[in-house]
Amino acid sequence: MNSYLELLFSDYTLQVITLGTVILGAICGVLGSFAVLRKQSLLGDAISHAALPGIVLAFLWTGTKNPLVILLGALVSGIIGSFWIRGIVKRTHLKSDTALGLILSLFFGFGMLLLTHVQKMPNANQAGLDKYLFGQAATLLKSDVYLLIIVLGLSLLVLFTFWKELKVMLFDVDFTKTLGFNIRFLDILITSFIVIAIVLGLQTVGVVLMSAMLLAPAAAARQWTNKLSLMITLGAVFGGFSGFLGTAISASTHNLSTGPVIVLVASFFVLISFIFSPTRGILFKEVRKQKNRKALKLFKTLGLMFEIAKTHDDITHPHAIRILNDFQGYSKSALQELEEQKLIKVKGQMWSMTREGYNKAAKLFNQPLNN
Amino acid sequence: MSTSQIEIQLIAAIVAAACAIPGVFLVLRKMSLISDAISHSILPGIVLGFFITHSLTSPLNILLATLTGILTVIIVEIIQKTGLVKEDTAIGLVFPAMFSIGVILIALNANDVHLDIDAVLLGELAFAPFDRFIIRTTDLGPKSLWVMGGILLISLLLLVIFFKELKVSTFDSGLAAAMGFAPSIMHYGLMSVASITTVGAFDAVGAVLVVALMIAPAATIYLLTDNLKKLIFGSVVVGIIAAIAGYWLAHFLDASIAGAITTVLGVIFLITYLLAPKNGLIATFYKQKQQRKEVMLITFLLHLKNHKEEEERLVSHLSDHINWHEVKALSVLELASKNNFITIHNGIIDLSEKGNEFTSLAVQYITDNEKSRIETMKKEWFLFRA
Repeated sequence: MNSYLELLFSDYTLQVITLGTVILGAICGVLGSFAVLRKQSLLGDAISHAALPGIVLAFLWTGTKNPLVILLGALVSGIIGSFWIRGIVKRTHLKSDTALGLILSLFFGFGMLLLTHVQKMPNANQAGLDKYLFGQAATLLKSDVYLLIIVLGLSLLVLFTFWKELKVMLFDVDFTKTLGFNIRFLDILITSFIVIAIVLGLQTVGVVLMSAMLLAPAAAARQWTNKLSLMITLGAVFGGFSGFLGTAISASTHNLSTGPVIVLVASFFVLISFIFSPTRGILFKEVRKQKNRKALKLFKTLGLMFEIAKTHDDITHPHAIRILNDFQGYSKSALQELEEQKLIKVKGQMWSMTREGYNKAAKLFNQPLNN
Repeated sequence: MSTSQIEIQLIAAIVAAACAIPGVFLVLRKMSLISDAISHSILPGIVLGFFITHSLTSPLNILLATLTGILTVIIVEIIQKTGLVKEDTAIGLVFPAMFSIGVILIALNANDVHLDIDAVLLGELAFAPFDRFIIRTTDLGPKSLWVMGGILLISLLLLVIFFKELKVSTFDSGLAAAMGFAPSIMHYGLMSVASITTVGAFDAVGAVLVVALMIAPAATIYLLTDNLKKLIFGSVVVGIIAAIAGYWLAHFLDASIAGAITTVLGVIFLITYLLAPKNGLIATFYKQKQQRKEVMLITFLLHLKNHKEEEERLVSHLSDHINWHEVKALSVLELASKNNFITIHNGIIDLSEKGNEFTSLAVQYITDNEKSRIETMKKEWFLFRA
C-alpha cells in the first residue's frame, strides 16, 4: 500500500487510472442512489449486458475502436434494452423480473454471437473488444477521465436543476403527477443518466460487475441516513473510496484485475454498513432487541408481584420467592435488577414490594387502552 | 453430419430441455433473476472444485458448485429478511461479489488453473464431445451428455412426482401451506434443481446464457398459454428448437454456439411478443384501441340519452358537444349506426329502441359500480360484429 502511494505520486498512468476509477465510483454512487430508491436495482445489470451488441455493432459499422464511437453504440443498445424492458412490463403480463432477465440474457447472447463472429474475421483490428466483458482499468486514458469528469458535472447539474422534482418523484409518484411535473420526462432523464453511467463503467469494471458498481455504494449509503442529499453524498464518497482502494489493492498485487477488486471493496462497505449502521444496522438492532426483551421480562416479573401484593392489605408484606415460580415470571438477574431499581426488597428467600414499585406496576398495567 | 456434430446438437437440446423445466417455475414465481444470481455466483464453487479435482465435470465439482448456488439463494434471502434493502438490491449485491471472488481466485492461481475466463461467460459447447466418458476401454459418449442427461431425468422425475405440490405452491403458497405441502420445501427443492441444472449447463453454455435458456422459453410460451402443462411442454420444445437452430446458425457464422442459441431464442421471443394472438403487442394495441372506441361509444350514447334538445344531437355539431375530433366522432357514429343503436333523420340523431335498451343497461352497470359486467354486455350485444 505504501509502495502504491509512492507510485501514485510518481507514475502518471497510475494517477490517470486512479482518478478515473474514483470519479467513476462517485458517479455510480450518485446515480445508483436513484436506482436503489426506485427499486430499479437490477436495471443496471440488464442494461450493462444489453450494451454488448451495441459495442460490437458500432465496431462492425465503423471499423474503428474509437472509444467514443463504441460508447455511443453501447448507449444506443442499452437504451433500446431499457425501453424494451419497460414495453414488456407494460404491454404483457410478464413481470419485471422476467423482462429484466430476458433482455439481459438475450441481448448479451446476441452480443456474444457478434463478438465471436467478429473475432474470427481476418481483421487484426478487432482485438481488445472483449475488454468490455471484464473491464480493464489499465486501459483508461486521459481522454476517458475527461469524459468521466464531464458526465459527473452534467449529472450534478441535472441533479441541482431538478432536485425538488426528482426528490418528490422518488417518494411519491402520484403526488408528483398531481403537482403537474412531467413524470415521463424526469423518468427518461434519470434512466438515461443511469445508462450513461453504466456504459462509461463498462470499460473499467466490465459488463458483469457493473451492476454492483452502481448498487453497492448506494446500498451502503442508504444504511446511514434517511436524507436523500446525505445519501447521495455518502454514496459518492463510498463509490470514490471503492474505486481508490480497489485500484490500490490491484495495483500492488500481481495479476489482479481492477474490476472485481473494486466490486469486492464496495461489497465490503455494504457489509460494514449492514452490520454497524447505528439506526438500521443488524448489530445495534440486535442490541436494542435484547434490551427490550430484558425490560419486558422485568415488567412481567413486576406485574406478577403486583398481582400478588395487591391481594394483601399491606402491600409491602413479604412473600416467598418460591411462589413466583408457578408463573415462570422471574429470574435471579431480574430480581437483582428490580432490587437495584429499588422497586422491591429481597430478604433471604422472601421479597416484598416497595411503595415505589407498587405505584410503578399499577401505572404500567392500568393505562387506558386508547391512549 | 459427423458424429461430433450430432453429439453437440444432442447435448445442446438436452441442456435446453433441462433448463426449461425449472425455468417455467422461476418465471411463474417471479424469481427469474435468481437464475441470474445462481449462474454467476457458482463461479467460486466451480473454481474451488477445479483446484481439488482438476476437472470441470467431476461429481465433487458439481456438488460444490451446487452448494454455492444454494448458499447464494440463502444469503439473498437473509439480506431480504433484514429489510435493509429491497429484494432486488439483495440479488444485485450478492452475485457480483461472489463472481468477483471467483474471478480473483482464477487470477491469483493463473498458473495452475486452465480455466479461461471467457469460457466462464460463454461455455464452449464445441469442445464438449472431446471430454469422453470412458469406463475401462469402452467409450460411452461425451461426459456432459451423461451429466446433463442425468440432471434432465432427475428434474423430470421430480416434476412428475411433485407436479401437484409444485403447481399449488406456485400459484397459492398460502393454500399449499394449508394443505400441508410446506412451501419452503418446494421452494428450496426448486432452488436446488435450478442450481444443479445451472451448474451442469454452465460448462456447456456459460453463466449468462443459462439465464436465457431458463427464462426465454418459459416467457415466450407464457405469452401464448396459461395452462401449466402446456407451458412446460411448450418451453421444452422451444428450447430444443432453439438449440438445434442455434447450432446451425453458429456453424454458418463460425461463431459461439451458445450465443447463437440465445439469438434464436431472442428472435422466437420477439416474434411471439409482437404476434401472440391474445397477449402480443399488436393484439394489445388493437384491444386497447377497441376499448377506447367502446368507451367513446358508451359516452356518445349516454349523451344522446341525456339530451332531448335537437341542437345537441346534430351530426354536424357532434364534435363541438362532446369535444371530439371530427374523424373520431364520425367513426363512433359509424359504429353506433352499424349496431343499429341510432337512427339519423335530416342530420339529427335519435336513439333506436335497441340503443336505448343498451344504454340503460350500461348506465345501470356503471351506477351499480359493476363495470366489469359491461364486458359481458359487449358479447351479448355483438359489438364490433354487426
